[in-house]
Amino acid sequence: MTDILSPLSRRGLIGAGLGMGAGLLLPDGARAAGRPRRGGRIRAASLSSSTADTLDPAKGALSTDYIRHYMFYSGLTQLDGQLNPRPDLAERIESADQITWHIRLRKGVTFHDGADLTAQDVVWSLLRHKNPATGSKMAQIAEQFAQIRATGKQDLVIRLTGPNADLPAILAQSHFVILRAGTSDFRTANGTGPYLCAQFRPGVRTLGRRNPNFWKPGKPYLDEIELIGIPDETSRVNALLSGDVHLILAVNPRSTKRIMASPRHALMETQSGLHTNLIMRQDRLPTGNPHFVATMKYLFDRPLIKRALYRGYATIGNDHPIPPFHPYYRADLPQRVLDLDKARWHLQRSGLDGVRLPIYASPAADGSVDMASILQEYGSRIGLKLAVNRVPADGYWSTHWMKHPLGFGNTNPRPTADLLFSLFYKSDAAWNESGWKNPRFDRLLLEARGEADQAKRKQLYGEMQGLVHHYCGVGIPVFINLIDGYDRRLKGMFPIAMGGMMGYQFAEHVWWEG
Amino acid sequence: MAGASSQSGMKAALILIGKRFASSLLTLLMVSVTIFIIAQLLPGDTAQEALGQSATADQVAALRHEMGLDRPAHVRYVSWLTGMVTGDPGQSMVANMPVAEVISTRLPNSLLLAALTALVAIPVALAIGIGSAMNRGGRIDRALNIVTLSMVAVPEFLVATIAVLIFSVKLRWLPSIAMASSDMDWSDYLRGVAMPILTLCVIVVAQMARMTRAAVIDQMDRPYVEMAVLKGVAPVRVVLKHIMPNAIAPIVNAMALSLSYLLGGAVIVETIFNYPGLASLMVNAVTSRDMPLLQACAMIFCTAYLILMLIADVTAILANPRLRAQ
Repeated sequence: MTDILSPLSRRGLIGAGLGMGAGLLLPDGARAAGRPRRGGRIRAASLSSSTADTLDPAKGALSTDYIRHYMFYSGLTQLDGQLNPRPDLAERIESADQITWHIRLRKGVTFHDGADLTAQDVVWSLLRHKNPATGSKMAQIAEQFAQIRATGKQDLVIRLTGPNADLPAILAQSHFVILRAGTSDFRTANGTGPYLCAQFRPGVRTLGRRNPNFWKPGKPYLDEIELIGIPDETSRVNALLSGDVHLILAVNPRSTKRIMASPRHALMETQSGLHTNLIMRQDRLPTGNPHFVATMKYLFDRPLIKRALYRGYATIGNDHPIPPFHPYYRADLPQRVLDLDKARWHLQRSGLDGVRLPIYASPAADGSVDMASILQEYGSRIGLKLAVNRVPADGYWSTHWMKHPLGFGNTNPRPTADLLFSLFYKSDAAWNESGWKNPRFDRLLLEARGEADQAKRKQLYGEMQGLVHHYCGVGIPVFINLIDGYDRRLKGMFPIAMGGMMGYQFAEHVWWEG
Repeated sequence: MAGASSQSGMKAALILIGKRFASSLLTLLMVSVTIFIIAQLLPGDTAQEALGQSATADQVAALRHEMGLDRPAHVRYVSWLTGMVTGDPGQSMVANMPVAEVISTRLPNSLLLAALTALVAIPVALAIGIGSAMNRGGRIDRALNIVTLSMVAVPEFLVATIAVLIFSVKLRWLPSIAMASSDMDWSDYLRGVAMPILTLCVIVVAQMARMTRAAVIDQMDRPYVEMAVLKGVAPVRVVLKHIMPNAIAPIVNAMALSLSYLLGGAVIVETIFNYPGLASLMVNAVTSRDMPLLQACAMIFCTAYLILMLIADVTAILANPRLRAQ
């Protein structure tokens, strides 16, 4: 029987389970900042804000949406700083075979309109992702819900189409937060989250007021959070430095010096799985040639990319999508480094010596234009002529991404290794960016998904990382660290690798010492 | 006799204005067709943009059908046009709200910003223009010339960014973002929009002042002005009573051009100060391929431009008896 609380007990924390206060989510650093105090109002600025802003969690597409949804709603589970799922609205979530999951809900949780949270609400909230009319971003993932039914007021059973040990982590995503059954009007939010929706104006602002009936004792701390979007990075940093906002998302590495120079402000760096990757289509020539793939992978000057493009705010990657801080990271896989001799050798084997190849890059895939230029420069030293085609960010994903033999993609962090591999590396995945096909990889993927034993899983995912590293037409030079800027009076911040602003969940955790 | 001629003059003027009005409507129609065609040429459509990078072909097709995007382009255009004529600009595909509702939250902000800017800019521009014309060749004229020329030359994002660095980040006098919200009082609002107004003024004042100066100087060389000066009329009176009625047409024309910029052209200022205006809404509509919203914004900007031009033309016609008599 798997109990997702097991990582907790392994760390020897007492009181795992029912009485677990949310305080346990705080790492030592945050707790050293002092006791949380109640009160205060802050303004947080995220990246984008437009008419596409939504209060429908299924439609959440951008950072501002995720932050908003975590403000007003809560999920069955929640990811902690180590990306382990913790029970949230669920008191227990367990399964013997990773297919049938039994969930018991916490008692005494109420929606903002005063209604009690019941298993019916959860069933409805999860099943709506399967309805095409919902337009859910998680429609594909929700396909594995074979059946979800309530077995009592606080109990429900989820039966999956196949074993998946990652269900608790999947349910922690903002898309799967719980709504009141039958909700159809998303002009305001009726959730169980830490803040009440006081005002929501798409493209302008979102105002959250403290939910006095929030089920976690003492939480949340702030009286009010105003969430706005400032798309222009310079304006965002200026707004922070001038004191108009107290927390900003996505600071450009170039602006870090300005923030560090201010005695009133600080930076929070979050290591994440976000990466920009080189795509070499395996179903096209000449990029389908394995020697060509090897050439390109040896051409990456990873330390240079980390230093020049990201001013050090990056983590070196090893041509597979699992970042070094991930629990399943395979450490014994030799790090690939810039090696012009090996690159030249492979290039000659590929028979592409002296050929001129276009490489498509765009500001849409962060840093890809500069990466392409670096590849071009090193390529010219070994007789590979790359022509950098810079295309506009607007419409990039629909018109260029995966459509050229040589181009770039950009992948956001995913909560589990399984999601990452299933979405981007499985042979029949819609976004199998390089179009590679590896039956062994596909078999391992299914095996790891149903495997409950952590050590065994790590080994399986390790082998898959090796396969991608050696054979896949994808090159991953670095993982991009996320940088948030905040007012020093804002306390309780710690990184959660799912995204900036504490994996978009800062609203519940932070307090103000003004 | 005199009464009859002025009456026929008015009639001629009315016909002229009527013609202008009709051609404005035609222009609007042409603009809407152009915008529609250009938007069709953009890569990707609303469904693809809404579902983003991670959409599958099936999802896109389903959403396209739901949004009615699978109909041929001309059918969609005609249905939009009939809606527009009957006063319904349609439903925003992205916000899932009526376009009218989306715009009604933004248009007042834009109009207010433009009006306040005009309120500051027009008197300043007139004062600078007339002042430097009266002092033609003198020190004040040369100094004002250098100032206005450099104001025309400096791009607004630079003005805005420097203003933010000085007044918000260093001095902390003014907020760096201009949030327009209903629960703000006037003093907060004015503090918030002080820098956007300042930035916009820098751009439009310089243009208007230079045009005013040119128009006034053009008149100053005329014999009638010389006559007035020889009669011993005070210089200020010469300018206000004798020159201005003749120079008003080109000045109003220049002002209309500059002011039309305040609505649609304010996009950079709106972006830097995060001001929720109409221009940034239109940019949103372009990036999300929200056609009904895009079309409605384009129509508003175009209408505003045409109205300003119409006012300029009417002023010119009324101010100039020769045009009236034609």
